[in-house]
Amino acid sequence: MEISGYDRVNGVGVRNHVAVMATVGCAGDAAERIVQLYPKAKLLVHLQGCAQTPPDIELVEKVLVNLALNPNVYSVLLVSLGCESVNADKVADKISSAKNVEVVRVQERGLSNAISKGSEIVKKMCDEAEKVSRTKVDFSEIKVAIKCGASDSTSGIISNPVAGRVADMIIREGGTVIFGETTEIIGAEHILAKRAIDDTVARKMFTAIEEMEKRAMSMGVDMRGGQPTGGNIKGGITTIEEKSLGAICKTGTSKLVDVIGYGDVPSKKGLIFMDSPGREIEALTGFAAGGAQIILFTTGLGAPQGFPIVPVIKISGNPEVCARLNEHIDVDLSPVFYGKESLNEAAQRLFNEIVDVAAFKRTKAEILGYEKFFNIYVKGPVI
Amino acid sequence: MNQRKAIIVDEEDNVASALANLSRGEDVEVSIGLITYKIKLVSDIPFGHKFALKRIGKGEFVIKYGEVIGRATKDIEVGEHVHVHNVESLRARGDLQKTSS
Repeated sequence: MEISGYDRVNGVGVRNHVAVMATVGCAGDAAERIVQLYPKAKLLVHLQGCAQTPPDIELVEKVLVNLALNPNVYSVLLVSLGCESVNADKVADKISSAKNVEVVRVQERGLSNAISKGSEIVKKMCDEAEKVSRTKVDFSEIKVAIKCGASDSTSGIISNPVAGRVADMIIREGGTVIFGETTEIIGAEHILAKRAIDDTVARKMFTAIEEMEKRAMSMGVDMRGGQPTGGNIKGGITTIEEKSLGAICKTGTSKLVDVIGYGDVPSKKGLIFMDSPGREIEALTGFAAGGAQIILFTTGLGAPQGFPIVPVIKISGNPEVCARLNEHIDVDLSPVFYGKESLNEAAQRLFNEIVDVAAFKRTKAEILGYEKFFNIYVKGPVI
Repeated sequence: MNQRKAIIVDEEDNVASALANLSRGEDVEVSIGLITYKIKLVSDIPFGHKFALKRIGKGEFVIKYGEVIGRATKDIEVGEHVHVHNVESLRARGDLQKTSS
Protein backbone atom coordinates (compact mmCIF):
# COMPACT_ATOMS: atom_id res chain seq x y z
CA MET A 1 0.00 0.00 0.00
CA GLU A 2 1.27 3.47 -0.91
CA ILE A 3 0.83 6.67 1.06
CA SER A 4 2.10 10.23 0.74
CA GLY A 5 5.40 11.07 2.42
CA TYR A 6 8.93 12.41 2.17
CA ASP A 7 11.53 9.94 0.97
CA ARG A 8 14.75 10.61 2.91
CA VAL A 9 18.10 8.84 3.10
CA ASN A 10 17.25 7.28 6.47
CA GLY A 11 13.55 6.57 6.00
CA VAL A 12 10.21 8.02 5.14
CA GLY A 13 8.82 11.15 6.80
CA VAL A 14 5.23 12.38 6.96
CA ARG A 15 6.26 15.91 7.96
CA ASN A 16 9.05 18.16 6.72
CA HIS A 17 10.15 19.97 9.86
CA VAL A 18 13.15 22.13 10.59
CA ALA A 19 14.00 21.35 14.22
CA VAL A 20 15.62 23.80 16.62
CA MET A 21 16.89 21.60 19.42
CA ALA A 22 18.56 22.64 22.67
CA THR A 23 21.33 20.28 23.77
CA VAL A 24 20.84 21.23 27.44
CA GLY A 25 18.20 22.86 29.63
CA CYS A 26 20.26 26.06 29.98
CA ALA A 27 20.15 26.65 26.20
CA GLY A 28 16.37 26.36 26.03
CA ASP A 29 15.73 30.11 26.12
CA ALA A 30 17.96 30.75 23.11
CA ALA A 31 16.29 27.94 21.13
CA GLU A 32 12.86 29.33 21.98
CA ARG A 33 13.76 32.89 20.85
CA ILE A 34 14.95 31.59 17.49
CA VAL A 35 11.69 29.71 16.93
CA GLN A 36 9.74 32.84 17.92
CA LEU A 37 11.36 34.53 14.92
CA TYR A 38 10.67 31.54 12.63
CA PRO A 39 7.54 29.83 13.98
CA LYS A 40 7.57 27.37 11.08
CA ALA A 41 10.51 25.66 12.76
CA LYS A 42 9.82 23.18 15.55
CA LEU A 43 11.15 23.84 19.03
CA LEU A 44 12.71 20.94 20.95
CA VAL A 45 13.63 22.01 24.48
CA HIS A 46 14.07 19.80 27.55
CA LEU A 47 15.61 19.90 31.04
CA GLN A 48 18.47 17.40 30.68
CA GLY A 49 22.03 17.42 29.37
CA CYS A 50 24.32 18.43 32.23
CA ALA A 51 25.44 17.47 35.76
CA GLN A 52 24.17 13.92 35.43
CA THR A 53 25.91 10.55 35.67
CA PRO A 54 27.81 9.47 32.51
CA PRO A 55 25.24 6.77 31.56
CA ASP A 56 22.49 9.41 31.62
CA ILE A 57 24.57 11.88 29.59
CA GLU A 58 25.15 9.16 27.00
CA LEU A 59 21.45 8.40 27.00
CA VAL A 60 20.56 12.08 26.51
CA GLU A 61 23.04 12.31 23.61
CA LYS A 62 21.53 9.19 22.02
CA VAL A 63 17.98 10.49 22.38
CA LEU A 64 18.94 13.92 20.92
CA VAL A 65 20.61 12.23 17.94
CA ASN A 66 17.67 9.88 17.37
CA LEU A 67 15.10 12.69 17.69
CA ALA A 68 17.01 14.65 15.05
CA LEU A 69 17.20 11.54 12.85
CA ASN A 70 13.41 11.05 12.97
CA PRO A 71 12.45 11.10 9.27
CA ASN A 72 9.79 13.77 9.93
CA VAL A 73 12.74 16.17 10.38
CA TYR A 74 14.34 17.77 7.33
CA SER A 75 17.24 19.58 9.01
CA VAL A 76 18.39 20.56 12.49
CA LEU A 77 19.83 23.53 14.34
CA LEU A 78 21.41 22.51 17.64
CA VAL A 79 21.42 25.25 20.25
CA SER A 80 24.16 24.59 22.77
CA LEU A 81 25.19 26.54 25.85
CA GLY A 82 28.85 25.60 25.47
CA CYS A 83 29.94 24.18 28.82
CA GLU A 84 27.30 21.39 29.17
CA SER A 85 28.14 17.71 29.67
CA VAL A 86 26.44 16.73 26.42
CA ASN A 87 28.94 16.95 23.59
CA ALA A 88 27.14 19.05 20.97
CA ASP A 89 29.77 18.38 18.28
CA LYS A 90 29.47 14.62 18.79
CA VAL A 91 25.67 14.87 18.55
CA ALA A 92 25.91 17.02 15.41
CA ASP A 93 28.40 14.64 13.85
CA LYS A 94 26.05 11.68 14.24
CA ILE A 95 23.11 13.63 12.79
CA SER A 96 25.15 14.84 9.81
CA SER A 97 25.22 11.34 8.32
CA ALA A 98 21.56 11.75 7.37
CA LYS A 99 20.73 15.44 7.22
CA ASN A 100 21.97 18.99 7.38
CA VAL A 101 22.82 20.07 10.93
CA GLU A 102 24.39 23.23 12.36
CA VAL A 103 25.33 24.32 15.88
CA VAL A 104 25.16 27.72 17.61
CA ARG A 105 26.57 28.27 21.12
CA VAL A 106 25.27 30.87 23.55
CA GLN A 107 28.61 31.13 25.38
CA GLU A 108 30.48 32.03 22.20
CA ARG A 109 29.19 35.61 21.98
CA GLY A 110 26.04 35.83 24.07
CA LEU A 111 22.32 35.36 23.56
CA SER A 112 21.72 38.16 21.02
CA ASN A 113 24.41 36.86 18.73
CA ALA A 114 23.22 33.25 19.09
CA ILE A 115 19.69 34.35 18.17
CA SER A 116 20.76 36.33 15.11
CA LYS A 117 23.15 33.63 13.90
CA GLY A 118 20.65 30.85 14.68
CA SER A 119 17.71 32.58 13.03
CA GLU A 120 19.73 33.17 9.85
CA ILE A 121 20.49 29.45 9.70
CA VAL A 122 16.87 28.52 10.39
CA LYS A 123 15.58 30.90 7.71
CA LYS A 124 17.86 29.23 5.18
CA MET A 125 16.82 25.73 6.33
CA CYS A 126 13.12 26.64 6.13
CA ASP A 127 13.60 28.02 2.58
CA GLU A 128 15.35 24.81 1.54
CA ALA A 129 12.68 22.64 3.18
CA GLU A 130 10.00 24.34 1.07
CA LYS A 131 11.67 23.00 -2.05
CA VAL A 132 11.30 19.38 -0.95
CA SER A 133 8.15 17.74 -2.25
CA ARG A 134 6.06 14.78 -1.24
CA THR A 135 6.12 11.54 -3.11
CA LYS A 136 4.43 8.14 -2.95
CA VAL A 137 6.06 5.98 -0.30
CA ASP A 138 5.39 2.45 0.87
CA PHE A 139 3.31 2.07 4.01
CA SER A 140 5.71 -0.59 5.27
CA GLU A 141 8.18 2.26 5.97
CA ILE A 142 5.83 3.66 8.61
CA LYS A 143 6.34 3.19 12.33
CA VAL A 144 3.33 4.03 14.43
CA ALA A 145 3.73 4.31 18.19
CA ILE A 146 0.68 3.65 20.36
CA LYS A 147 0.28 5.22 23.76
CA CYS A 148 -2.57 5.55 26.22
CA GLY A 149 -2.82 8.42 28.65
CA ALA A 150 -5.27 9.91 31.13
CA SER A 151 -7.03 6.57 30.92
CA ASP A 152 -10.41 5.72 32.37
CA SER A 153 -12.58 2.61 32.15
CA THR A 154 -13.54 3.35 28.54
CA SER A 155 -9.86 3.10 27.50
CA GLY A 156 -9.64 -0.63 28.21
CA ILE A 157 -13.08 -1.35 26.77
CA ILE A 158 -13.23 0.89 23.67
CA SER A 159 -10.26 3.02 22.57
CA ASN A 160 -7.48 0.51 23.34
CA PRO A 161 -9.25 -2.43 21.65
CA VAL A 162 -9.79 -0.20 18.57
CA ALA A 163 -6.12 0.85 18.62
CA GLY A 164 -5.16 -2.83 18.94
CA ARG A 165 -7.10 -3.71 15.80
CA VAL A 166 -5.32 -0.85 14.00
CA ALA A 167 -1.97 -2.16 15.29
CA ASP A 168 -2.76 -5.50 13.65
CA MET A 169 -3.74 -3.74 10.38
CA ILE A 170 -0.49 -1.73 10.33
CA ILE A 171 1.57 -4.88 10.87
CA ARG A 172 -0.39 -6.73 8.16
CA GLU A 173 0.62 -3.90 5.78
CA GLY A 174 4.25 -4.56 6.65
CA GLY A 175 4.62 -1.63 9.03
CA THR A 176 5.91 -1.36 12.57
CA VAL A 177 4.07 -0.65 15.81
CA ILE A 178 5.94 0.53 18.90
CA PHE A 179 4.38 0.47 22.34
CA GLY A 180 5.97 1.10 25.74
CA GLU A 181 4.90 2.18 29.21
CA THR A 182 6.64 -0.61 31.11
CA THR A 183 4.82 0.23 34.35
CA GLU A 184 1.52 -0.34 32.59
CA ILE A 185 2.34 -3.93 31.76
CA ILE A 186 2.68 -4.89 35.43
CA GLY A 187 -0.02 -7.50 35.98
CA ALA A 188 -0.48 -8.28 32.28
CA GLU A 189 3.01 -9.54 31.38
CA HIS A 190 1.93 -13.20 31.31
CA ILE A 191 -0.42 -12.41 28.41
CA LEU A 192 2.19 -10.53 26.37
CA ALA A 193 4.84 -13.16 27.09
CA LYS A 194 2.72 -15.74 25.26
CA ARG A 195 2.94 -13.53 22.16
CA ALA A 196 6.74 -13.14 22.29
CA ILE A 197 8.40 -14.51 19.18
CA ASP A 198 10.96 -16.44 21.27
CA ASP A 199 12.18 -16.93 24.84
CA THR A 200 14.83 -14.21 24.54
CA VAL A 201 12.22 -11.57 23.72
CA ALA A 202 9.95 -12.80 26.53
CA ARG A 203 12.87 -12.69 28.97
CA LYS A 204 13.86 -9.19 27.91
CA MET A 205 10.29 -8.06 28.54
CA PHE A 206 10.12 -9.68 31.99
CA THR A 207 13.47 -8.10 32.95
CA ALA A 208 12.32 -4.62 31.94
CA ILE A 209 9.11 -5.00 33.97
CA GLU A 210 10.91 -6.43 37.02
CA GLU A 211 13.35 -3.51 37.02
CA MET A 212 10.55 -0.95 36.71
CA GLU A 213 8.59 -2.63 39.53
CA LYS A 214 11.72 -2.74 41.73
CA ARG A 215 12.34 0.97 41.12
CA ALA A 216 8.76 1.77 42.13
CA MET A 217 9.00 -0.48 45.21
CA SER A 218 12.33 1.00 46.30
CA MET A 219 10.43 4.02 47.63
CA GLY A 220 8.83 1.74 50.25
CA VAL A 221 5.26 2.74 49.45
CA ASP A 222 2.23 1.44 47.57
CA MET A 223 2.58 3.16 44.19
CA ARG A 224 -1.21 3.54 43.81
CA GLY A 225 -2.02 7.24 43.35
CA GLY A 226 1.12 7.55 41.20
CA GLN A 227 0.20 4.47 39.14
CA PRO A 228 -2.70 4.26 38.57
CA THR A 229 -2.78 8.06 38.72
CA GLY A 230 -5.30 10.09 40.70
CA GLY A 231 -7.14 10.72 37.42
CA ASN A 232 -7.22 7.02 36.51
CA ILE A 233 -8.72 6.23 39.94
CA LYS A 234 -11.34 8.95 39.54
CA GLY A 235 -12.13 7.39 36.16
CA GLY A 236 -12.79 4.02 37.81
CA ILE A 237 -9.45 2.22 37.49
CA THR A 238 -8.65 0.56 40.82
CA THR A 239 -5.22 -1.10 40.52
CA ILE A 240 -2.17 -1.16 38.25
CA GLU A 241 -3.20 -4.68 37.18
CA GLU A 242 -6.55 -3.38 35.93
CA LYS A 243 -4.86 -0.46 34.15
CA SER A 244 -2.31 -2.78 32.52
CA LEU A 245 -4.89 -5.32 31.34
CA GLY A 246 -6.78 -2.47 29.65
CA ALA A 247 -3.58 -0.90 28.33
CA ILE A 248 -2.24 -3.99 26.56
CA CYS A 249 -5.43 -4.22 24.46
CA LYS A 250 -3.84 -1.49 22.33
CA THR A 251 -1.07 -3.86 21.23
CA GLY A 252 -3.48 -6.04 19.22
CA THR A 253 -2.76 -9.71 18.65
CA SER A 254 0.48 -9.73 16.62
CA LYS A 255 3.64 -11.50 17.74
CA LEU A 256 6.00 -9.38 19.86
CA VAL A 257 9.18 -9.37 17.75
CA ASP A 258 11.57 -7.33 19.90
CA VAL A 259 12.15 -5.41 23.13
CA ILE A 260 14.27 -2.26 22.77
CA GLY A 261 15.73 0.32 25.13
CA TYR A 262 14.33 3.81 25.68
CA GLY A 263 14.86 6.00 22.60
CA ASP A 264 16.38 3.18 20.53
CA VAL A 265 15.43 2.70 16.89
CA PRO A 266 13.89 -0.73 16.19
CA SER A 267 15.95 -2.95 13.89
CA LYS A 268 13.00 -5.26 13.16
CA LYS A 269 9.56 -4.70 11.67
CA GLY A 270 6.37 -5.70 13.44
CA LEU A 271 5.32 -5.23 17.04
CA ILE A 272 8.05 -3.70 19.22
CA PHE A 273 8.07 -3.02 22.96
CA MET A 274 10.15 -0.03 24.09
CA ASP A 275 11.14 -0.03 27.78
CA SER A 276 9.77 3.35 28.87
CA PRO A 277 7.77 5.07 31.59
CA GLY A 278 4.04 5.72 31.35
CA ARG A 279 4.30 9.49 31.73
CA GLU A 280 3.45 11.28 28.48
CA ILE A 281 6.27 13.79 28.35
CA GLU A 282 8.93 11.08 28.50
CA ALA A 283 7.13 8.28 26.65
CA LEU A 284 6.32 10.38 23.56
CA THR A 285 9.98 11.48 23.40
CA GLY A 286 11.13 7.86 23.44
CA PHE A 287 8.78 6.94 20.60
CA ALA A 288 9.79 9.97 18.51
CA ALA A 289 13.46 9.07 19.05
CA GLY A 290 12.60 5.51 18.01
CA GLY A 291 11.65 6.96 14.64
CA ALA A 292 7.84 6.82 14.94
CA GLN A 293 6.41 9.11 12.26
CA ILE A 294 2.91 9.02 13.78
CA ILE A 295 1.69 8.41 17.33
CA LEU A 296 -1.78 7.10 18.23
CA PHE A 297 -2.84 8.24 21.66
CA THR A 298 -5.91 6.79 23.33
CA THR A 299 -7.41 8.70 26.24
CA GLY A 300 -10.38 8.45 28.54
CA LEU A 301 -10.20 11.69 30.49
CA GLY A 302 -8.63 13.76 27.68
CA ALA A 303 -4.83 14.11 27.43
CA PRO A 304 -4.21 17.04 25.06
CA GLN A 305 -0.46 17.00 24.47
CA GLY A 306 1.24 16.28 21.19
CA PHE A 307 4.91 16.19 20.25
CA PRO A 308 6.81 18.87 18.27
CA ILE A 309 7.99 16.70 15.36
CA VAL A 310 5.44 13.87 15.33
CA PRO A 311 1.69 14.16 14.72
CA VAL A 312 -0.17 12.66 17.68
CA ILE A 313 -3.70 11.40 16.96
CA LYS A 314 -5.97 11.57 20.02
CA ILE A 315 -8.66 8.92 20.31
CA SER A 316 -11.37 8.57 22.94
CA GLY A 317 -14.30 6.28 23.64
CA ASN A 318 -15.71 8.43 26.44
CA PRO A 319 -18.70 10.28 24.86
CA GLU A 320 -18.85 13.01 27.51
CA VAL A 321 -15.12 13.75 27.09
CA CYS A 322 -15.35 13.65 23.27
CA ALA A 323 -18.08 16.31 23.42
CA ARG A 324 -16.46 18.49 26.08
CA LEU A 325 -12.92 18.23 24.66
CA ASN A 326 -13.72 18.18 20.95
CA GLU A 327 -10.93 20.74 20.58
CA HIS A 328 -8.42 18.01 21.49
CA ILE A 329 -9.89 14.69 20.33
CA ASP A 330 -9.15 13.72 16.71
CA VAL A 331 -11.09 10.46 16.56
CA ASP A 332 -14.35 10.27 18.49
CA LEU A 333 -15.29 6.67 19.31
CA SER A 334 -18.64 7.55 20.93
CA PRO A 335 -20.48 5.56 18.21
CA VAL A 336 -18.74 2.43 19.54
CA PHE A 337 -19.80 3.30 23.08
CA TYR A 338 -23.42 3.60 21.93
CA GLY A 339 -23.27 0.35 19.95
CA LYS A 340 -23.73 2.13 16.59
CA GLU A 341 -20.31 1.21 15.26
CA SER A 342 -18.38 -2.03 15.71
CA LEU A 343 -14.79 -2.13 16.99
CA ASN A 344 -13.70 -3.26 13.49
CA GLU A 345 -15.53 -0.41 11.74
CA ALA A 346 -13.98 2.07 14.15
CA ALA A 347 -10.55 0.53 13.52
CA GLN A 348 -10.97 1.08 9.76
CA ARG A 349 -11.94 4.71 10.45
CA LEU A 350 -8.85 5.17 12.61
CA PHE A 351 -6.61 3.51 10.02
CA ASN A 352 -7.97 5.92 7.36
CA GLU A 353 -7.20 8.79 9.73
CA ILE A 354 -3.56 7.65 9.92
CA VAL A 355 -3.31 7.69 6.12
CA ASP A 356 -4.89 11.18 6.01
CA VAL A 357 -2.64 12.52 8.76
CA ALA A 358 0.39 11.12 6.94
CA ALA A 359 -0.69 12.86 3.74
CA PHE A 360 -2.11 16.22 4.74
CA LYS A 361 -4.39 16.36 7.75
CA ARG A 362 -3.12 18.20 10.81
CA THR A 363 -3.92 16.74 14.20
CA LYS A 364 -5.64 18.81 16.88
CA ALA A 365 -2.39 18.99 18.89
CA GLU A 366 -0.57 20.27 15.78
CA ILE A 367 -3.25 22.89 15.10
CA LEU A 368 -3.17 24.05 18.71
CA GLY A 369 0.61 23.81 18.98
CA TYR A 370 0.09 21.85 22.21
CA GLU A 371 3.54 20.33 22.06
CA LYS A 372 6.16 22.41 23.83
CA PHE A 373 6.83 20.44 27.01
CA PHE A 374 8.61 17.14 26.79
CA ASN A 375 11.37 15.46 28.69
CA ILE A 376 14.01 12.77 28.31
CA TYR A 377 13.68 9.79 30.66
CA VAL A 378 16.84 9.48 32.73
CA LYS A 379 17.31 7.00 35.56
CA GLY A 380 20.08 8.58 37.64
CA PRO A 381 20.19 11.67 39.85
CA VAL A 382 20.95 15.28 39.04
CA ILE A 383 24.39 15.73 40.57
CA MET B 1 -29.29 5.52 21.97
CA ASN B 2 -27.99 2.41 23.65
CA GLN B 3 -29.67 1.70 26.96
CA ARG B 4 -27.03 -0.64 28.37
CA LYS B 5 -26.26 0.45 31.90
CA ALA B 6 -23.17 -1.67 32.38
CA ILE B 7 -20.71 -3.98 30.66
CA ILE B 8 -18.93 -7.20 31.62
CA VAL B 9 -15.69 -7.82 29.71
CA ASP B 10 -15.18 -11.56 30.31
CA GLU B 11 -17.35 -14.46 31.48
CA GLU B 12 -14.98 -15.11 34.38
CA ASP B 13 -15.38 -11.57 35.76
CA ASN B 14 -16.94 -10.96 39.16
CA VAL B 15 -17.35 -7.22 38.47
CA ALA B 16 -19.12 -5.13 35.82
CA SER B 17 -18.35 -1.54 34.76
CA ALA B 18 -21.05 1.15 34.77
CA LEU B 19 -21.74 2.86 31.42
CA ALA B 20 -23.64 5.69 33.11
CA ASN B 21 -23.90 7.20 36.55
CA LEU B 22 -25.98 4.61 38.44
CA SER B 23 -27.75 5.03 41.76
CA ARG B 24 -28.10 2.94 44.88
CA GLY B 25 -31.30 0.88 44.74
CA GLU B 26 -31.29 0.79 40.93
CA ASP B 27 -31.89 -2.58 39.23
CA VAL B 28 -29.32 -3.40 36.58
CA GLU B 29 -29.47 -6.26 34.13
CA VAL B 30 -26.14 -7.06 32.53
CA SER B 31 -25.12 -9.97 30.30
CA ILE B 32 -22.03 -11.63 28.94
CA GLY B 33 -22.39 -14.55 26.54
CA LEU B 34 -25.19 -16.70 27.94
CA ILE B 35 -24.91 -15.39 31.48
CA THR B 36 -27.27 -12.67 32.71
CA TYR B 37 -26.99 -11.00 36.09
CA LYS B 38 -29.87 -9.12 37.68
CA ILE B 39 -28.29 -6.87 40.27
CA LYS B 40 -29.76 -4.40 42.75
CA LEU B 41 -27.11 -1.78 43.39
CA VAL B 42 -26.31 -1.20 47.05
CA SER B 43 -24.03 1.81 46.31
CA ASP B 44 -24.04 4.71 43.88
CA ILE B 45 -21.79 3.70 40.96
CA PRO B 46 -20.21 6.58 38.99
CA PHE B 47 -19.66 6.26 35.22
CA GLY B 48 -16.81 3.86 34.48
CA HIS B 49 -16.65 2.47 38.01
CA LYS B 50 -17.18 -1.18 38.97
CA PHE B 51 -19.76 -3.05 41.01
CA ALA B 52 -19.75 -6.65 42.24
CA LEU B 53 -21.67 -9.30 40.30
CA LYS B 54 -21.01 -11.88 43.00
CA ARG B 55 -20.16 -11.70 46.68
CA ILE B 56 -16.39 -11.27 47.01
CA GLY B 57 -15.06 -12.24 50.43
CA LYS B 58 -12.17 -10.43 52.10
CA GLY B 59 -8.91 -11.74 50.64
CA GLU B 60 -10.57 -13.08 47.47
CA PHE B 61 -9.50 -11.99 44.02
CA VAL B 62 -11.35 -9.38 41.99
CA ILE B 63 -11.57 -10.55 38.36
CA LYS B 64 -11.95 -8.30 35.27
CA TYR B 65 -10.81 -9.06 31.69
CA GLY B 66 -10.85 -12.68 32.97
CA GLU B 67 -7.74 -11.83 35.00
CA VAL B 68 -6.89 -10.91 38.60
CA ILE B 69 -6.97 -7.12 39.04
CA GLY B 70 -6.52 -7.16 42.82
CA ARG B 71 -7.69 -8.56 46.16
CA ALA B 72 -10.66 -7.57 48.31
CA THR B 73 -9.62 -5.90 51.56
CA LYS B 74 -13.17 -6.23 52.94
CA ASP B 75 -16.17 -8.42 52.21
CA ILE B 76 -17.88 -7.00 49.13
CA GLU B 77 -21.61 -7.60 48.63
CA VAL B 78 -23.41 -8.09 45.32
CA GLY B 79 -24.15 -4.67 43.78
CA GLU B 80 -21.57 -2.89 45.92
CA HIS B 81 -19.07 -0.36 44.55
CA VAL B 82 -15.71 -2.11 43.95
CA HIS B 83 -12.82 0.34 44.05
CA VAL B 84 -9.78 1.56 46.01
CA HIS B 85 -11.69 1.51 49.34
CA ASN B 86 -12.16 -2.27 49.23
CA VAL B 87 -9.58 -3.59 46.72
CA GLU B 88 -5.81 -3.62 46.93
CA SER B 89 -3.20 -4.19 44.24
CA LEU B 90 -0.91 -7.21 44.47
CA ARG B 91 1.93 -5.54 42.58
CA ALA B 92 4.62 -2.89 43.22
CA ARG B 93 3.69 -2.89 46.91
CA GLY B 94 6.78 -1.27 48.37
CA ASP B 95 4.75 -0.68 51.57
CA LEU B 96 4.35 -4.41 52.22
CA GLN B 97 8.02 -5.06 51.45
CA LYS B 98 9.00 -2.59 54.15
CA THR B 99 6.85 -4.13 56.88
CA SER B 100 7.76 -7.71 56.02
CA SER B 101 11.52 -7.16 55.99
